[in-house]
Amino acid sequence: MKAAIALAATLCGTPAVAGWEPAKPVEIVVAAGAGGASDQMARMMQAAIQKNNLMKQPIVVSLKGGASGAEALMYMKSSEGDPNKVLIAYSLIYMLPLSAKIPFNWRELTPVSVVALDQFVLWDNSAGPKTVKDFVAAAKAASAPFKMGGTGSKREDHVLTVFLEQKTGAKFSYLPYKSGGEAATQLVGNHTEANVNNPSENLEVWRAGQVRPLCVFDKERIAYTAKVTETQSWADIPTCKEEGVDVQYLMLRAMFLPGKVTPEQQAFYVDLFHKVTQTGEYKEYMEKQALKPIFLTGKDMVQFLEEDDAQNKALMTEAGFVAK
Amino acid sequence: MEAFGLLLHGFAVLLTWKTLVLMMVGLVLGIFVGVLPGLGGPNGVAILLPLTFTMDPTSAIVMLSCIYWGALFGGAITSILFNIPGEAWSVATTFDGYPMAQQGRAAEALTAAFTSSFIGSLVAVLLITFLAPMISSFALKFGPPEFFAVYLLTFCSFVGLGREAKHKTVISMSLGLLLAGIGMDTVSGNLRMTFGSPELLRGINFLVAVIGLFGISEILLTMEERLALRGHAASISLRVVLGVWKDLPKYWVTLLRSSFIGCWLGITPGGAIAASFMGYNLAKRFAKEPESFGKGRIEGVFAPETAAHASGTSALLPMLALGIPGSGTAAILLGGLMVWGLNPGPLLFVEHKDFVWGLIASMYLGNVVGLVLVLTTVPIFASILRVPFAAVAPMIVVSCAIGAYAIQNAMFDIWLMLGFGIVGYVFKKIGIPLAPFTLALVLGNRAEDAFRLSMIGSGGNLKVFWSNGLVGSITTLAIVLLFWPVIDRLLAGVGLTHRTRTTS
Repeated sequence: MKAAIALAATLCGTPAVAGWEPAKPVEIVVAAGAGGASDQMARMMQAAIQKNNLMKQPIVVSLKGGASGAEALMYMKSSEGDPNKVLIAYSLIYMLPLSAKIPFNWRELTPVSVVALDQFVLWDNSAGPKTVKDFVAAAKAASAPFKMGGTGSKREDHVLTVFLEQKTGAKFSYLPYKSGGEAATQLVGNHTEANVNNPSENLEVWRAGQVRPLCVFDKERIAYTAKVTETQSWADIPTCKEEGVDVQYLMLRAMFLPGKVTPEQQAFYVDLFHKVTQTGEYKEYMEKQALKPIFLTGKDMVQFLEEDDAQNKALMTEAGFVAK
Repeated sequence: MEAFGLLLHGFAVLLTWKTLVLMMVGLVLGIFVGVLPGLGGPNGVAILLPLTFTMDPTSAIVMLSCIYWGALFGGAITSILFNIPGEAWSVATTFDGYPMAQQGRAAEALTAAFTSSFIGSLVAVLLITFLAPMISSFALKFGPPEFFAVYLLTFCSFVGLGREAKHKTVISMSLGLLLAGIGMDTVSGNLRMTFGSPELLRGINFLVAVIGLFGISEILLTMEERLALRGHAASISLRVVLGVWKDLPKYWVTLLRSSFIGCWLGITPGGAIAASFMGYNLAKRFAKEPESFGKGRIEGVFAPETAAHASGTSALLPMLALGIPGSGTAAILLGGLMVWGLNPGPLLFVEHKDFVWGLIASMYLGNVVGLVLVLTTVPIFASILRVPFAAVAPMIVVSCAIGAYAIQNAMFDIWLMLGFGIVGYVFKKIGIPLAPFTLALVLGNRAEDAFRLSMIGSGGNLKVFWSNGLVGSITTLAIVLLFWPVIDRLLAGVGLTHRTRTTS
């Protein structure tokens, strides 16, 4: 196996850039299970870095999805000073410490860059109601529990469900599944009435005509206008506000190094991920998964994180998900 | 026969020298990976995944899936020779495979294991080839109540059909369920029984427990009792292989039953482990002399291996058709597919025919080539048993430790493994069966989640487990199996069956 890694290393030889460089294989730490949105993004980055020779050392994806991602957070926290591990983070960095009292604070890590923002869409089965209005009416009229599927408990999907309840007055039974993929198939199989999956998680079943997007939880519509299904593009999905339900939520996708690394090491990764965002692989991925492109680093990033943290904290508190 | 034409097309895509060489390389790497306990298929595939980025998708998936087949074959080797299951679903193979090796029938046991792996996979591939569209819609019928019913069936078949004293099975199972509760609870989002320790956050990894319970405890027992691995003089020749094959037709019922169980549980995610145990238990139940199981019966190797591999192979179907990985390795392959721009889902079969049928064709070829490869190496592996125990034991302990460490790169897991080694030793001494414990550890969480999701969905009404024909019949079957000893006796009492009760 070592030989395989060494072989991969020699294949990716690239001219040296001045300054610090990793001397060991670099690990992208994924705080979720195999096949989820974080894993897919990490694999895209791995491929983009190797195909474009952006780094001498090989890059490996390491899945640390245990305890709903808390495993990855604790792993990063305990790797202080190790510049060969980079976390691909999402909103769990704010939410898990609040809901499960995990002793973790993102301020202890070294921020590198925010690389994308992920959308949330309200989906129902293609045999279900066709508009948000009909959907809300159906939920209110239902006598048995009206089931909403999602990933994990007291997390972004769950928070969105609670806010949907508050804004519409309908009542949902939230079913926490282990992954977005599972939530998608359970919706197709009619075991739930709806879910609030990210675009990437429902993309394939949407293309197969098995689910219907009702509205997107953002201020504006998704920008991509290329047809995804035979008749619709991402831009054709109305915002929830247009449909009379004013709920908005975007989720960050950001890279972090462990705490106490040197500024040179941080600078290397800022540059590396900036280059990644310039590659064809990244651009294609963003469009395919309907992600919002963004690149923030340095002070801008910290300011963004602070504001995002405050907003998430407010939402979690209001939903009653903060552990006492 | 559209499927047949497409399959031939798949073979055409595949039959080039380059692909065949990649296949051999993949299989050899896979067998090595499978022999090391704990390293196993998922890790092997994960480590080698980046190597394939520069290949075209079909070559890449052929190589990766051959690593997978190789690891499946290899996993049986350590189970039989050292009582250390390389993969979770090899646990049941140790029950009769290890006693056989101790009686000097290692070559026979290995041949049986490889052959039945081959048969199981073959049945599953045939199923995938001809029934793919129908099966994916069957898998969609599974919601939380159906999943729970299947897990319940597995647990109940253990209690009802097991030969061990019922109270000991229940004690063992309860302890497993208790340990399975450690870590994050998905349904409530809270931590349980972690006592503030970051190491316990992840919960107890099943493979770490298995390596300790079976591997380390076996070393401890051997040290205490005899300081030698028994059964060195294994006579190894083509005659042994042919001898096992000649007897195959005698076991057709077992092979068919296990294949069926395997395929059925494989397309419902996470079923390979349940399948191997269920295959073993049912074979034992329907055997003429159930008490001879666990003492080195060849059927005890055929049954779990066939079921596990039928299930391991058919698990690729929900991955391709629905994007749900049925096993750890399937999950890594899923990640690989996405890198090559292939999105598993209902449209994969329509939009990427070359790829899908190339993969299916590689399942046929990979299995045939793999079988020949492992059979020719049986003598090499069986001869490990002739090495003195004093030399082999430290190597086994080291490879167990490496395996336990490699699963999550955690030193803590090595201590955990040693702890489980002692637990396993004590359990064996006081006659508590280990299998229910491991089963509960691996399925406990899923069963609990499925039960609680069913309860949320039904508003707390237990009738949900009889709400349609599918879930109703599985649940009923589970309860019948749980009380089988009682029912069996009642039936015998009224003269409805000729079965004479066997000693319990």
